[in-house]
Amino acid sequence: MADGDTQVPKLAYPTATPCIKPGAMEGLQPFLASPEHNKALGFPGELVPDWKERALAKMEELAGKNRAFQVYLDICVKCGACTDKCHYFLGTADPKNMPVARQDLLRSVYRRYFTFAGKYFPWLVGARDLTEDVLMEWYSYYHQCSECRRCSVFCPYGIDTAEITMAARDILDAVGIGMKYSNEIIGKVHTVGNNLGLNPKALRATLEDLEEDIEDDTGVSVRIPIDEKGADILLVTPSADFFAEPHIDGLIGYAKVFHQTGVSWTLSSYASEAANFGLFIGNYENMRLVSQRIRKAALDLGVKRIIFGECGHAWRVAYSFLNTLAGPWDFLDPNYPVPQHILEFTWNEIQQGNLTLDKTRNDHMTVTFHDSCNVARGSRMGDMPGGQFEIPRNVIKAVCNNFVDMEQDTIHESTLCCGGGGGLLTDDLMDLRIKGAAPRMTALQQSTEQHGVTHMAAICAICKTQFSKVMPKYGYDMDSIVSVHQLVSNAIILDGQKTEDDAAE
Amino acid sequence: MLSTIYALLFYMATALLVVGVAAKIRKYAVTPAPLKIPTTPAPTTQSGVVLRMAREVIFFESLFKSNKWIWLFGWTFHMALWLVIIRHLRYTIPGNTPWLLDFLQPFGKYAGFAMVLGLLGLWARRFLVDRVRYISNPSDHLILALIVAIGLSGLMMKFVAHTDVVAVKVFMSGLWTFRIGTLPSDLVILVHLALVITLMIIFPISKLLHAPGLFFSPSRNQVDNPREQRHIAPWAAELEK
Repeated sequence: MADGDTQVPKLAYPTATPCIKPGAMEGLQPFLASPEHNKALGFPGELVPDWKERALAKMEELAGKNRAFQVYLDICVKCGACTDKCHYFLGTADPKNMPVARQDLLRSVYRRYFTFAGKYFPWLVGARDLTEDVLMEWYSYYHQCSECRRCSVFCPYGIDTAEITMAARDILDAVGIGMKYSNEIIGKVHTVGNNLGLNPKALRATLEDLEEDIEDDTGVSVRIPIDEKGADILLVTPSADFFAEPHIDGLIGYAKVFHQTGVSWTLSSYASEAANFGLFIGNYENMRLVSQRIRKAALDLGVKRIIFGECGHAWRVAYSFLNTLAGPWDFLDPNYPVPQHILEFTWNEIQQGNLTLDKTRNDHMTVTFHDSCNVARGSRMGDMPGGQFEIPRNVIKAVCNNFVDMEQDTIHESTLCCGGGGGLLTDDLMDLRIKGAAPRMTALQQSTEQHGVTHMAAICAICKTQFSKVMPKYGYDMDSIVSVHQLVSNAIILDGQKTEDDAAE
Repeated sequence: MLSTIYALLFYMATALLVVGVAAKIRKYAVTPAPLKIPTTPAPTTQSGVVLRMAREVIFFESLFKSNKWIWLFGWTFHMALWLVIIRHLRYTIPGNTPWLLDFLQPFGKYAGFAMVLGLLGLWARRFLVDRVRYISNPSDHLILALIVAIGLSGLMMKFVAHTDVVAVKVFMSGLWTFRIGTLPSDLVILVHLALVITLMIIFPISKLLHAPGLFFSPSRNQVDNPREQRHIAPWAAELEK
């Protein structure tokens, strides 16, 4: 890919705060969705003539349906605590990428039409009329937010810009301004069952190829079953796991773990997608429809458990919302949480001693771990708060000898977004993606300088794709990003596996 | 005449404050939270949430994580404000006040300075820090000016130009039983009280709503138990029919 005009930001340290540069990212817009893509999701095809009335009506509707939206619009005091917390602000210096300023793009309109002060003294409280320019400004800056929730950690009231961004995108969709990347993908899930539009036949062929690869590699026949009725476990994983690197190595890892522990499992072609972009566009109905596919697949296949593969926002939707959107799960085995994360499963098996692991097979790497934003700040693993930080690290340490964490204020709940989350993983936003990755990349560079870190592991399909694209800009090979289950796959010794091939590595 | 105007203003401001805040609280309470969105790691029990909220309200935990300067100024201001309010109870409650309030009373005197200093620190940031300057509206400055002026006029009466505080007490405590006494007519107390009335009136229509609003923030007040307990909003349950 050509470098284009993107200047890779140089940060003194990961969270170094720039001086504001008003207008730095003005006018940046992802491609608009075509009318048929919008209509497929139940939205108007293009900007409706009465957009102003409809936008305000939608805003009022959302404020009545979502407490977070209503409260967060009212209670911000502009203290400034969030202003230096967004990776897009750190990477672009555009002040409208400061969380509070991003919220104010919408709050200023809310005030104008729905508050006493804004109706009668707009100049006093920064209230403004809703115009077409304002709509397009929303479209621009609400697509420079990855809904990563880092700001909500640091806000004294927990104001979550993601909630405002989602509402703004929902309002935009309601008046016919849809985003191509997200809306096209959601349409594919509704019709085909996954983001890529892979039909069952193609999917089956891909999985068969993978089975052959594993057998060539290990000498062991490891199955990747699909649509097998009566299996115990339904695995729902991001469709990127079926074809993209390094995702696919993660899928091989899950398959090996399932194989070695002897459980019966299956994928579903109907619910062949863990990702749920309905979250990104902030539309409950679409998010619910996507989730319902998983319920139907679980019922049709008669499984007892549901396990999710490595995907960040998918795990947030799965862990935090699936019970709401597609539950209750009373037809599944009550001895297991619904759903489970593949890392919860693998860590449990490791603890029970059910896997033979040779850590030295990962000795050529020094690994660090990138906490994915949605997993870190919007979900949990295991029984204890913070399990989402511990369990992935425990698994990595069980399969790798060399593990180092990045700087404290860039991991765990303070983790920095990869720069491509929230529906921004599209080439038309590449400039933003490269700049938004700067804080994370700077933290990684530091750990490379100080501890010789060579690889970064992640548990999110979007993070993996984003990093494999932007890491080369920051001086790393694109395969420096690895799946956690890729590390597991490397270390695991299957029963009957030939090992002589590996001696040379 | 002046005393009557002030008395009526106090009644009006109190009514607006109580009705306005109650209406907002009601709105926050009846609006459903359709999804589980606690900022994680979050407590897995209700008592854990009470503790989390207590740490936010008493120590400003998240703000402390975020920015030590804002925390220092903001926390100082709010805690001093509590002491100042406690001090003022003696001037507004009829009769003798309980011993605990009497014990805390003198602290309020010095808290007045801390309060103003904290506010000035926050205000300085609105001029000095480019990011905070960018997000500040006129109302953000005016609210600070208002509370600083309340603080300064209060300190004036304590340390520079005393007012007849006994008469003030008779006036204020009389309002509870609808007896309108006579306010001292020196300028400082009149300004002080007028500003307080203004603050009461703007409370329910301004960002001061952060005080009750914090308790309704789903990212802070929700229990992290979505797998164990199904959470569904009434309007979302309708979609299942």
